[in-house]
Amino acid sequence: MPRIIYRDREWQVPVNMTVRDAIRAGGLNPEVVLATRDGKLITEDVHLRADDAVRLVAVISGGSPSYSELGDEQR
Amino acid sequence: MKCRKCGDLAAINMRQHKLALCADHFSEWVPAQVEKAINRYAMFTREDRILVAVSGGKDSLGLWDILLRLGYSADGLYIGLGIDGGSGYSDQSLRKCEMFVTRYRDLGHHATGALANQKLEPFNPQAPAPQVFDRWLPTLHTLDVPDTYGESIPAVAQRVQRGRGKPCAVCGLIKRHEMNRIAYELGYAVLATGHNLDDEAAVLFGNTLNWQVGYLTRQGPVLPSGDGFARKVKPLCRLYEREMAAYCLVRAIDYIYDECPYALGATSIAHKELLADLECKSPGAKQHFYLGFLKAKEDGFLDDQQAYPSPMHACERCGQPTTAPGMCAFCRLWT
Repeated sequence: MPRIIYRDREWQVPVNMTVRDAIRAGGLNPEVVLATRDGKLITEDVHLRADDAVRLVAVISGGSPSYSELGDEQR
Repeated sequence: MKCRKCGDLAAINMRQHKLALCADHFSEWVPAQVEKAINRYAMFTREDRILVAVSGGKDSLGLWDILLRLGYSADGLYIGLGIDGGSGYSDQSLRKCEMFVTRYRDLGHHATGALANQKLEPFNPQAPAPQVFDRWLPTLHTLDVPDTYGESIPAVAQRVQRGRGKPCAVCGLIKRHEMNRIAYELGYAVLATGHNLDDEAAVLFGNTLNWQVGYLTRQGPVLPSGDGFARKVKPLCRLYEREMAAYCLVRAIDYIYDECPYALGATSIAHKELLADLECKSPGAKQHFYLGFLKAKEDGFLDDQQAYPSPMHACERCGQPTTAPGMCAFCRLWT
């Protein structure tokens, strides 16, 4: 069965499932990850094969404070 | 899904643009979008020296790569924050920046060698590509906060009221002060940061949620120079965060993947997740939200609002502009 790997998690999905559905099956929003297979990007419409291992790359980063947290003295 | 340009297998589908591209065409499309933003908002020219604030993350290293490929004279500035987080976070981040600049400089050094096989060819969508290797060998400037000021960011945050146990506000304050100071002192025309559309949309969302009209008035892709402020620009403001991560993958840019240990639970991430849910249901929602805001501002939406609640004056210690009486917030951290 195709395997989906994201950080320290891994789950299996049925053969022929699309990447988009496989991402959702792990409880993730497809907008916040990229899917790679053999180190290359693949699109969300790809149907997965039995021996596929798809690694998901998180795209959200943050921590920079918003302007309101900085106070009026800076921009 | 096929690449719209060549019909090969697509590497990415950008639903907000209804555009799927293969890796090679995506790698060309991204710099073209950045060039459009630079021109659209009159950020800088090829005669300007640009200082890129780099953190070792995907956005800042991606931005530096794009500017160099487009033929701009761009150097980097890394500020070491002294954050360990059990993984040597700051040390790792610096290493990513050093690896990036070494790769570029090595290619420049061997410019007459086997460049045809390298992926770092210059790119210019309008004109014959300039030879970046003959033009600009990037320099990485570094400033280490603990070495310079005697304390790491987490240590300062613990000591002062502003930190309240979470160093993000102190971190932002110190980085902004030092980036501004160094851009001025080294004579750069402009300071470029890697804020992408998701960053800007999340800030806009937060400031709208709280109706922070002053902050809304200030928010934009260009903050002009003057009164002690360096010119600041955000050339990635029209690109999604997802596109910048994909760009680094197709360009084989080695960036720090792990989030800053203090960013866990950050409000900005919560706002991004909310906007991502909206984007999933309605492709283009983030883009419409942010670019629509910029258009409304251009059309005069906030014209009668004041960006700052009180006049700026020079800090009595460092000389940088501040609205506070006496010393600025940065200088008050150390007294």
